[in-house]
This record gives sequence, structure tokens and C-alpha cells, in this order.
Amino acid sequence: MIDTLLSGHELHKTYGATPALAGAEFTVGAGEIVAIMGPSGSGKSTLLHCLAGIVRPDSGTIRYDGGDLTAMSDTQRSALRRSDFGFVFQFGQLVPELTCLENVALPLRLNAVKRKEAETKAREWMERLEVADLAGKRPGEISGGQGQRIAVARALVIRPRVVFADEPTGALDSLNGERVMKLLIEAARDTRAAVVLVTHESRIAAYSDREIVVRDGRSRDMARAT
Amino acid sequence: MNVFRDLRMGVGFAVTGGREGWTRTLLTAVGVGLGVALLLLTTAIPGALGARDDRGRGRDELAGRVRQAAENTLLVGTIDTTYKGDEIRGRALRAEGPRAPIPPGLSRLPAPGEMVVSPALADLLASKRGALLKERLPYRTAGRIAERGLIGPDDLAFYLGSEALTGESSSVVRITAFGNDFPAEKLDPRLLLLVVVMFVVLLMPVAVLIATAVRFGGERRDRRLAALRLVGADARTTRWIAAGEALAGSLFGLLFGLGFFLIGRQMTDVAAAFDLSIFPSDLDPSLPPVVLVALAVPAAAVAVTLFALRSVMIEPLGVVRTGTPARRRVWWRLLLPVVGVALLLPLIRRGADAGEFNRGQVIGGTVFLLLGVTALLPWLVEAVVARLGGGRVPWQLAVRRLQLGSGSAARSINGIAVAVAGAIALQMLFMGIENDYVKETGQDPGRAQMSVTSNGQLGGDRVTEITDRIRQTKGVRSAFGRAGTRIGDRADNPAEGASLTIGTCDTLRELARIDRCADGDSFIIEPVGSSDRIVGGMKLAAGRQVVIDPSYGMTGLPASRTPWLIPATAVTVPGRVDASGMLYDGVLATPGSVPAAATRNLTYSLHVRIDPTVPDARDLVRNTAARVDPLSTVNDLSWTRESRRFANVRTALFIGTAVVLLLIGASLLVTMLEQLRERRKLLSVLVAFGTRRSTLSWSILCQTAVPVALGLLLAAVTGVGLGAALLKMVTRPFAVDWSGMALMSGIAAGVVLLVTVLSLPPLWRLMRPDGLRTE
Amino acid sequence: MRSRYTHWVYLLCIVLGMSIGHTLLGLLESGPRHGYDLKRSFDERFGRDRSLAYGQVYSTMSRLLKNGLVEIDGLETSGGPERKRYSITDAGVTDVEQWLGQPEKPEPYLQSTLYTKVVLALLTGRDANEILDTQRAEHLRMMRDLTRRKLDGDLSDRLICDHALFHLEADLRWLELTTARLSELTQEIRT
Repeated sequence: MIDTLLSGHELHKTYGATPALAGAEFTVGAGEIVAIMGPSGSGKSTLLHCLAGIVRPDSGTIRYDGGDLTAMSDTQRSALRRSDFGFVFQFGQLVPELTCLENVALPLRLNAVKRKEAETKAREWMERLEVADLAGKRPGEISGGQGQRIAVARALVIRPRVVFADEPTGALDSLNGERVMKLLIEAARDTRAAVVLVTHESRIAAYSDREIVVRDGRSRDMARAT
Repeated sequence: MNVFRDLRMGVGFAVTGGREGWTRTLLTAVGVGLGVALLLLTTAIPGALGARDDRGRGRDELAGRVRQAAENTLLVGTIDTTYKGDEIRGRALRAEGPRAPIPPGLSRLPAPGEMVVSPALADLLASKRGALLKERLPYRTAGRIAERGLIGPDDLAFYLGSEALTGESSSVVRITAFGNDFPAEKLDPRLLLLVVVMFVVLLMPVAVLIATAVRFGGERRDRRLAALRLVGADARTTRWIAAGEALAGSLFGLLFGLGFFLIGRQMTDVAAAFDLSIFPSDLDPSLPPVVLVALAVPAAAVAVTLFALRSVMIEPLGVVRTGTPARRRVWWRLLLPVVGVALLLPLIRRGADAGEFNRGQVIGGTVFLLLGVTALLPWLVEAVVARLGGGRVPWQLAVRRLQLGSGSAARSINGIAVAVAGAIALQMLFMGIENDYVKETGQDPGRAQMSVTSNGQLGGDRVTEITDRIRQTKGVRSAFGRAGTRIGDRADNPAEGASLTIGTCDTLRELARIDRCADGDSFIIEPVGSSDRIVGGMKLAAGRQVVIDPSYGMTGLPASRTPWLIPATAVTVPGRVDASGMLYDGVLATPGSVPAAATRNLTYSLHVRIDPTVPDARDLVRNTAARVDPLSTVNDLSWTRESRRFANVRTALFIGTAVVLLLIGASLLVTMLEQLRERRKLLSVLVAFGTRRSTLSWSILCQTAVPVALGLLLAAVTGVGLGAALLKMVTRPFAVDWSGMALMSGIAAGVVLLVTVLSLPPLWRLMRPDGLRTE
Repeated sequence: MRSRYTHWVYLLCIVLGMSIGHTLLGLLESGPRHGYDLKRSFDERFGRDRSLAYGQVYSTMSRLLKNGLVEIDGLETSGGPERKRYSITDAGVTDVEQWLGQPEKPEPYLQSTLYTKVVLALLTGRDANEILDTQRAEHLRMMRDLTRRKLDGDLSDRLICDHALFHLEADLRWLELTTARLSELTQEIRT
């Protein structure tokens, strides 16, 4: 068993009167890739938001690297997200006015890395994700698949310990989706980053090491199903 | 032509377009409404000032003056006073018969010892602040002056019933009717120029505001129109539908505007803060401008929409803004200010002959210059922003955003730029002709700070008593009292004669350069510019026989007609300007050198030095003066005095600019909020990345500040240019009003800061992760 | 259990896409071959999961011979067993052409079995959810294997695995939908 890096225990979260999480459990080890599946509205995105420290659960504990995420202030959690976490979302995530290179460099610059240095690193990652030729383009001028690869580069540029990917291929066709997933998984494995992958597509979930299904706010670890 | 069908369809969409459609219509309506309200307010201001003026003239006592008492005559004594810097109009009244006129706003004349006061004065008297004033006016309040008899709601005025009033005083007039027969003072052409420019300057940003308001939410509307194209509407139809939506918004805007106007004119407190007191009912715009506004605003809404959609291709599958937006050409933008200057140029130096200015030309020139600002600004912003580079993250975000679409930012800033450019020009013009209207009084507040004077005929004892009482007042350091009367060659002499001033040696030294002086001495002031020593038609010389208080036959006032020999010992001395700026002529005499009979009918003038450490010393002096001689006039001595009329114009300028800037600030805020709402998802993503609030807050500030800074720069250049042209027109030397410029820029910058600050809470609310949830 | 799934994937990868007879005919089109050669090239190209039995080749070829789609081109007896060389006839070529141009009939794969299981579980009061989840986990495990193989393999590997993956995905979706409709189903069955 790999050492647990990030875990959630007995997580509850309610939006208005709608319960999104009702006692969900989750663990991911360093370098492990875990898929979160489930029907829409089941709470899988909420689980991801809680685990990433974006949303504070109503109750339950989230532990990351030995610390209690739920006890941290908003500022501390923001700082943690800047330094340790990377994010890929379904769409609308690139800053439209920045060039692709600047978008990839953005997380580094938020971590107060000098512009030159940030952009050099960003360029390396763009090469790795085979989108180096898009450096000077704006997000409006590139295709969806290219945009997602830019987003993956941006998520990995800070060498995060956990990458959170919420339906990263949701808006892509199969071919582009496969390509993005392949690059994401390879890069994550190379950098020993854990990946928390929310998806409703089993073909995408098949890239994971392990799968958790969320139904009605409760989680089920499918590794224990058999 | 199915234009009307399309327009109607657009109107329909505006009303029934669901929540989004409604929001858009509402935003436009509020923006247009604010503009319309401002238009109505502006067009109503001349009327309001006119009404104010009319009522002011209606209560004058210049018409219907008569000499003889009759059953329809009224004696009116002026007992104006000043309290803590506020001027109070006071009149003492005594009816001489049953048909005496009643002042406007009163139902009957106050009985002796009673007063009728304006509501503002009643409030002041009732307040703690008015405690000292209550001592000055210890009379029973018998009623209120109605609106008809007041110039504004803050007018401080009272009418006092008095038994003691006699016609035998030069401070008292006898009238049969109130009013003013003299034609109203015609506005100086230079002042008129100022007013005309001011209106243009105030209305231009309003036009910009309305133009901006009908484009609120345009991007989202375009997307909606694209959906219409998908079901078969052609490009022209969608454009007219959009125009229809704008039309609906502007029509609602007209209604809103009327509402805002009606509410706004009740807020006279706001106007009062600028020292301009107007009754709500005075703000009554005349019909032609109202009709014009009602027609022009919707028409402008349609025109602006069609014009704005010119460069937008609404395709069935989405909106295409003409590729890389056509490079903004600079030549026609530069043409506008050039045309403006060309129009103003022939007028330059016309002011030399104080002639009339061609109003159309002035307006045209100013409008073109200011339009130049609005046309040049987008180009300037684009050109400059394209050259801006790196920097920190907030700066980078802001600059890149501006590079992608600086048009809307420039549009928002335009109003501010135009307002500031105009205001700077006005300030310069104002400064240039200020000296014409701000008179140097020649007074020397270093020597004395107050004067108490009276033209009433008093005995010498009374003058002494008054002087003593003033001197004993708390806060008075010293009081130099002198009494005066006239001397002539003979009694009932129609010639003017010279003055005889009676005072102690100390007092006389204030009026002439006297070396030695003791009681019993007298002096003749060396006449200025008259070698043969003739003053007021008579020759002054020691040992000459004259008549004191000779009476001029016409006034009907009592006179003592005392013969007097100017003492042979009288020394001729050079005169000296006193603290009130007066240079005396005639004879100066110590009390011992004139016969007692000569002091029966005296006017007096006291100069008072006060102790600045005693609070309310000035009002204590006024209280004493009111008690011992209600008809006395008390003045504060100061270096300069401003023309009242001019003060009003300046006041109006400040109100106008401030209101316009606030309105534009409101529209900026709306634009900013809309922008934020559109980026809700992106903001949430940035939050997920751990972006600090401060980073995005700074970015918003930069994003607003850059165009504003550029706008202010352009405004300063244009404003100074326009100001220089206007100054040339009135032949005044070129001078930049740096403080005014700083003030205007400061207000504009403050508005921007306010907008930024107000958009922070929504920004922070949008930065919550809710935006990440899929709908 | 394991073997059944391997067999099933075999079916998905190879058999469902083409019949063995048609495949062998197709291989013959490039030139006459011995039966043994045919088996070898079949295995090389398509037999990743399970190689073709020689007997199956023999029986298929005799069926094709009987139908006049192939003919004996020559006979070798020198050393070892008798070896026939087959070549394709004109009728054979036409047949391959026809087969290639004709779409395959969609088939209900495994679902009938699973459906029977679920219904049986519901009728006997067992946890049908568990059956479905177990199946689901098994499916995903298989998909993971295929995905891994795909990532390491060349283009033909990827294409073949993707085909399997898409089918598995379809099954999985059916499993998910059935899970979501379980209570509905329960009601229907118990009334």
C-alpha cells in the first residue's frame, strides 16, 4: 500500500437544501491516479472541490501530507493550492486575454517566480505537451484539444503533488480526449504527481489506478467491490 | 420596409426576453434615465435661477418710492445682518396708513415688536447654533414668510414690525408698493460665454453617458441575436431588432428619467451643500426642451445601436467582431478638434470690444473640440496599451485585457474625459475673467476688522453712547468712532459741499497724517488732484465762514443749519486711506472745535478691532449694534469682494461637474459589474489556482486606471487648449489653473477609485468557488 | 470467470468483426498458400488473444473448397504430413468483396446473461446492486488493462484495443443505467 497523501473522511456538504456530499470517503497516495465516477449531480465535483481545499465541507476532515486542510484558513488553503496543487477543468479555464504561454506561466507567476524564468519553464512544459507552437496565440485562436493541453501544461508547470482534473476531456472528441489523457497521465507519472480525476466516461476512468463511485453523496471504493 | 415590424419585435424582446432581457432593459433604462434626469435638470436650471431672480426683485423696495406719508405708504428700514457668515435679509416695517403695501409672502404686516421669518431663519433661531442670533432678534415670531417672498428654501429673511421707524432717516425709505422697476441686469457677454460653454460641457458627457447606456450588455444581446439568425432572420433584421431593444430601453429610460428628476429636485439639500438654494417647484423645465429630450433620446438610442453594430457581424453561429478590429484611423479623429479650433479662431479677440459672441459658433467649436476627445481617446488608449509590456501579474492581466478590447473601456472613460476637459477649460476662463468680478475693496483688515456705520441722523450723545457700547462689547479690542456731517457755503445749498468729520485725535490720525493734535484742534485735508482747494463746489480754507448741516432742500430730512467759522488755526494735512479703504476729504475736527449745536444730526462710522481669540466676537459686535442702533450697517472688512452673480455661476459649474462625474461613475460601475458577471467561471478557476484576491483587485484597478490616466491626459491637453482659445476670445492672458485642474483630475480619479472599491465586494463574491459548479 | 472474459474479448476483437472463413479467404487473395502458412499469418495479424487451431483452419478450408470459393493449387508430400496449397477462385474473390461491403448485424453480447443474473437475484431477494458493481469493477479492470496495453502499443494495437474499449464502455453504461433503474426494475419484477 502506498502512503496516503490526501484523504477525506466522513465528508458532508450541503448547498442550500440540496445535500451534495453525505459522508463521502476518499484517499489517494503519492503518485496514485484515482478516478471519481458517478452520475451527474451525484456530488463528484463537490468532492473534488472539498479535497482541493476550494470548498470547505460542512463536516468531516481532510488531511493532506499530515496536515488538516479543514482547519486551515482561506488564505492558507489558497497558498497551498498555489504551491502544491494543479487544476484542469472542462472548459473556460484559460484567461482569454493572455497568450497561451502567459497562461501556462501564470501559476508560477502567482507563486512570485520571475517572469523570464516562469516563461522558460512554461515553454518547456508546452514542448512536452506538444503545443510549443501555440505560445504566442490567444486561447480564442486555438482548438479545444489544444486548449486542454495548454491547461494540462499549466496544471503541471508548478510540479504539483496533486493534480485535480474535473472532466478534463468532457468537451473533446474521442481522439483529442485520448491525446490529452495520455499526455496528462504520462506527465503525472513522470513527475510522481497524484491525480484526482473526476469523469463520467469509463474510458477516461480507465486511465486511473483505482476508481471511486459517488452516488447520492456517498462514495464507494470499487477496489473493494470484488 | 419592415423596419417597423423589426423594431416592434425588438421592443417585444426587451420586455419579454426573460430575466436576462429584463436586466438589460433595466440597466439601459437606469443609465438613460440618469442622463435624461440630468438633461431635464440642466434645462431647468436657467428657469430656476430666473424664478429666483424674479422673486428677489419682487421684494425689492426700489419701485413706488414716495416722499410724502399717506394712507398707502409704508416705511421700510434695512436691518440686514450677518450671522456666523450667513447673510440675513432684514426689513423693519411701519405702516403709515391702512392701505400700506404688504411684502410678498406675507399675509399681513407684523405688529410692532413682532417679526415674520423665513422657515430657514425660524429653524436657525430654534437651533442651538442660533442662540446668539436670538439675542440679536429678541422678537416674537408671528408667522412665516411664504415661498413667494423668498428666493430659495435656505433664504434667511425676516420682517420686523417697528414703531420707532421714522421717515426722517436716510436709512429708511417710504414706498407704496414692493418691486423693482429697473430692467434686470443684462448678463455680461463674457459671462454669457461662460454659461454657454458650461452648458455644452455639462451636456456633452450626458450624451456620452446615454450612448454608453444603450450599449449595456451588448455582447450578450449579440449572442441572442445570433440565435435569431439561426432561425432565419437576416442581418439587417437583427440590427433593427437590436435597435428596437435599445428603443424600448430608452423609452423606459425616459420614464425613469422623469422619476429621477422628480425625486432629484426634492433633494434641495444637495444643492444647498453647494450654497445654491432652489425651491423644487423652481426646477420646472419649459416644454420645448422636454419635447426635444423626449424625441432625441429614443432617436439617439436607435442611431447609436445601428452605428455600433456596423462593425459587428452577427452570424447564425455566433458573433464575429470584424476580425482584427479595423486599425483605428487617426486622421478623421484629429479632424474634429481641428474643426473646433477653426470655428473658435475667428472669435478670438472679439472680446476686446465687449461685443456679442456668435453663440452657435462658440457651441459648435466647443462641441467639436470635445467630440475630438471622445474620438481620439479610443485611438489613444489602443495605441498606448499596445505598447505596454510586462510587469507584475495584476498589471499583466489588466494590460492584456485592454489590448484585447480597449474599446469599451475607452467608451466608459470618455464621459469623464469630456467632462474634465470642459471643466478645465471653464476653470481657466473663470480664472481669466475672475478679476473683473472680484473687486479689490481697498479695505485693510490689518487695521480694523469690522465697521459699524449709519446714515441715520443721530445726536452726538447717541454716537458717543453707541461707540462706548461697542467698545464695551466682549471681544472688542478697540473702537474708533467718528461722527460726520456736511458743511456748505450757505444753508439750503444744492451743491454737494464737503464733509465735516468729528473725532478724537486718535481717530483723526486714521484719516490723515497728523503730527500734533489736541482737543480743540481742527484740520483741513489737502484735496487730491485739486490745486485750488475746491471740494464739492466750495473752497475750504482756515478762517472761512461755513454752515454745518446746511440741508439740500430736497430730502425733507431735518437739518440744523448751524453757522461755523473754520478755525483759523486749522492746519492743512495730507489725507490717509482708512481701514475701510475710504479717503476722506473736507474738514477734520476734534469735538472741542465744533459748536454743540452742530452735533444734532450726525452720521457715524466706527472701526472695530476685535480679539480673534474670543469666539463669536463678530456676532457679539453685531448683537450690540443691533441693540443700540437697529438701522446701523455692520460690515466685515476684507481685501476682496466677489460679485454675487459670478459666485452663482461658479457654484453651478461645481454642481454640474460633480453630478456628471458621479453619473458616469455609476455607469462605469454597471459596466464593470457586467464584465465581472460574464467572467464568473474564469474567476472561479483562478481562485482554484490559489489566486489572491488582492491580485485580481489590483488588476481591476489597473484596468480602470490606465484608460482613465490616458483620458485625463487627453482631457488636460484639450481642456487647456479650449481654455486658451476662450481666454483669447475675452482677451485675457493665458494662464493655466493648476489647482482647478488638479481638483477636476482628483475628482475623476476619485470616481474611478470609488468604482473600483464598489466593484470589489461583487468581485470577491464571484471569486467564491460556486462558479465552478456546473449548472 | 477469467477465461470466459478472455474468450469474450476474443470474440469482440476478432470474431465479431469478421468470420474466420472470410478472413482466410482474404488472406489467400494475395497469393496461393499452404494451410499452415494461412494459420501463421492469421495469428500474426489477428490472433493476439488466442491463436487459431489448425483443425479449425482445416475444417474451414474444406467448407470453402466444397462451396467452390477456393481450389487446390498443388500438393506436397515430400517429408512430413501432406500439405495442400490453396488458391482463391473468382467466386471466392466475389464473396470476400460482398462480405466486406455488407454491415454486420449488431448483437446482444453479454447482456442477456447479466440480465438473467440480475433478475434472478431480485427474485431470490439477493443484492442485485452488488452483482452490477462487481461486474462494473471487472469491466473497468479490463478497460484498464486494455488502456495500459494501448499506451504501450503501436497504432494497430491501439485501434484494436479502442474497439474493445468502446464496446466495454457501452456495456458499462448499460450497467450504470441498470444500477440507476434497479428500484424501478425491482418493482416491475415483484408485481
